[in-house]
Amino acid sequence: MLTAVYALLFYVAAAVLAGGLGFRIWEYARTPAPLKIPIPPAPTTRSGVVLRILREVVLFAAVFKANKWIWLLGWVFHAALLIVLLRHLRYFTAPVWDWVVAIQPFGVYAGFAMVAGLIGLWARRFLVPRIRYISAPSDHLMLALLVGIAGSGLLMKYLAHTDIVALKSFFLGLMFLDWQPLPQNPVLLVHLGLVAALMIIFPFSKLLHGPGLFFSPTLNQVDNARERRHLANWARGLEAGRQ
Amino acid sequence: MDQLKAPDMSASEPLDPLEIPDLAPGCMSASKPYVAAPEFQKALGFPGELVENWQEVAIDKMAELRGKYRSFRVFLDSCVKCGACTDKCHYFLGTGDPKNMPVTRQDLLRQVYRRHFTLAGKYVPWLVGAKDLTQEVLDDWYSYFHQCSECRRCSVFCPIGIDTAEITLAAREIMDSIGKGQKYSNEIIGKVFKIGNNLGLPPKALKATLEDLEEEVMEDTGVAVHFPLDEKGVDILLITPSADFFAEPHVAGLVGYAKVFHQAGARWTMSSYASEAANFGLFIGSYENMREISLRIRKAAEDLGVKRIVFGECGHAWRVAYSFLNTLAGPFDFLDQRYPIPQHICEYTYDLIKRGKLKFDKSKNDHIRLTFHDSCNVARGASMGGKPGGQFDIPRAILRASCNHFYDMAPDTIKESTFCCGGGGGLLTDDLMELRKKGAQPRMRALQQVAEEHGVTHMAAICAICKTQFSKVLPMYGFDMEAIVGVHQMVSNAIVLDRVEGGSVKAEGNEE
Repeated sequence: MLTAVYALLFYVAAAVLAGGLGFRIWEYARTPAPLKIPIPPAPTTRSGVVLRILREVVLFAAVFKANKWIWLLGWVFHAALLIVLLRHLRYFTAPVWDWVVAIQPFGVYAGFAMVAGLIGLWARRFLVPRIRYISAPSDHLMLALLVGIAGSGLLMKYLAHTDIVALKSFFLGLMFLDWQPLPQNPVLLVHLGLVAALMIIFPFSKLLHGPGLFFSPTLNQVDNARERRHLANWARGLEAGRQ
Repeated sequence: MDQLKAPDMSASEPLDPLEIPDLAPGCMSASKPYVAAPEFQKALGFPGELVENWQEVAIDKMAELRGKYRSFRVFLDSCVKCGACTDKCHYFLGTGDPKNMPVTRQDLLRQVYRRHFTLAGKYVPWLVGAKDLTQEVLDDWYSYFHQCSECRRCSVFCPIGIDTAEITLAAREIMDSIGKGQKYSNEIIGKVFKIGNNLGLPPKALKATLEDLEEEVMEDTGVAVHFPLDEKGVDILLITPSADFFAEPHVAGLVGYAKVFHQAGARWTMSSYASEAANFGLFIGSYENMREISLRIRKAAEDLGVKRIVFGECGHAWRVAYSFLNTLAGPFDFLDQRYPIPQHICEYTYDLIKRGKLKFDKSKNDHIRLTFHDSCNVARGASMGGKPGGQFDIPRAILRASCNHFYDMAPDTIKESTFCCGGGGGLLTDDLMELRKKGAQPRMRALQQVAEEHGVTHMAAICAICKTQFSKVLPMYGFDMEAIVGVHQMVSNAIVLDRVEGGSVKAEGNEE
């Protein structure tokens, strides 16, 4: 019974995440940016733009300029999250890829780093008056959700161990439509429930900053307005009326 | 309105321009500009006054903008409330009002957007801070979207590149569409359509002003420097802010451009039809109005049969010219393609300097110890010289060529991190004087620092709004109102006019 509930939950969550995100990306892609609005340092070439976006995605360059605390906490959280996610690939691949095996030891530290980053970011929402002012209930809940996921994960690693062999066959079963029983560990159920919730919330929340960054005209435009005429389709309509 | 008191200048340590104030919620809620009268609204194609079903019209407009501007959609979806921008706005630093933090300003619009266009906002508005568009919200919009100068400083620090100016532009466009426009900007746009410039200066008056200038320069220098108007068949059309025609210190800059053209032997003219570089269509976020104003420049260039267009010192005008003109009024295939279209007067002058065509007697500026205020729209909305950062380096190179004592202000307050003067983006109006004074605070403190450290006496800018704003607020911070100068004013002081009549510098393509 519980296996069926969680199996269905993950099918729904995966569908909502993929479909929702796909839809958003489609919306962003088809909405024109009618004017050139890159912000400095604005690259004058396409490859310059790729580098710029990479710098923002990998190093969080703008936040580094803005505020070292936000940068440190935010960067540590995101980098740790990435490692943790990659580490989890071992539950979805058989045989496990070599590089996934290689990063396993780092994944444990990353789990703690992730929680530390999250708690730091959360603390700022209480301690810094400016950030307290801009925080809505959903901003706190999002952090709670992530702390819950990371915390329950660490709990399973160190205290309430779960049968990860059975867990792996559950997920492989989901992927290959051959359902296997889910281990009945309450911490695992919480962990998986929260993850599914996060997947479902993703396309409807501020987590859209992920894809948003790539579609941000201030970051992804080439600074070449004088050399190349840039015209949106809807603005083309205005041209017709010109004498 | 508060008393406009100068701060205590006896304090020995200059204050930190980046000092973060304590939050003072609501302290600027009463600051709002006069609403545009019906006749001015209608002239721009907007309803005369607040329409009956304004909520509905506003939401429809929001839906329209969401389809037309990717920035609007992506920026409203993507903010994570990280707080990186919260201490970056000069109006926040100067007032402490939390609604002047960029993210909060965006949220004024985002809360309504979420209510109508997102799932969470529709069903659990309390969770995500979504709100209906009430009279109270509209009042907040009118107040705080007229406390943003669209200077884009916050966007430089945003991990997603969210540009609050885009949100302010959208909000102002929505307010225009429901009949709640701002008097200052909309009245001025009306004047451009009717007369040709922001000041409503008719061609005759313009002609007379330029003739007076010729006489003055003749008296000063003994050289016949011309200020041609509506001359057909010349090479260069100069488009400059109308303030350059007689406001102080702007006019000294115009004299500077004319001297450079004279020394280069250029054949140039100004236009009475397009006697305005400024384009307030930008300030109200109206693509259509911005386009109409831009098309006047194209028409003037076509009618006069020029080969090049050069822009005078005006910040937002250069943003529109550099970043948007080709889009709005291009393609300019009838102009000489060897030159950038359009070109900034600083690019023009710098090119001559590089080629050794201009001589300066720097000692003429020895009474001046100078710093440079990067105007926000030039710094963050445009470039110069065809390479990143040219908009920072070229004006400085010109200043260093024309004076002996140049010192930059603190690195966090210049170039891409420059502060707005406090009067940009359609806020240069007397009904917003308290805001203008407080918004100037970070820049004024940075200036106090270099005045203290290096004995700086003057600050140069390449923007008509900056010049007017600083003339007004400098005295409030203990400086002389004449401490603000134009870059080409410095050029004008020092340039050596020794060209023999008839000689000219051979036209050459820009080397960039």
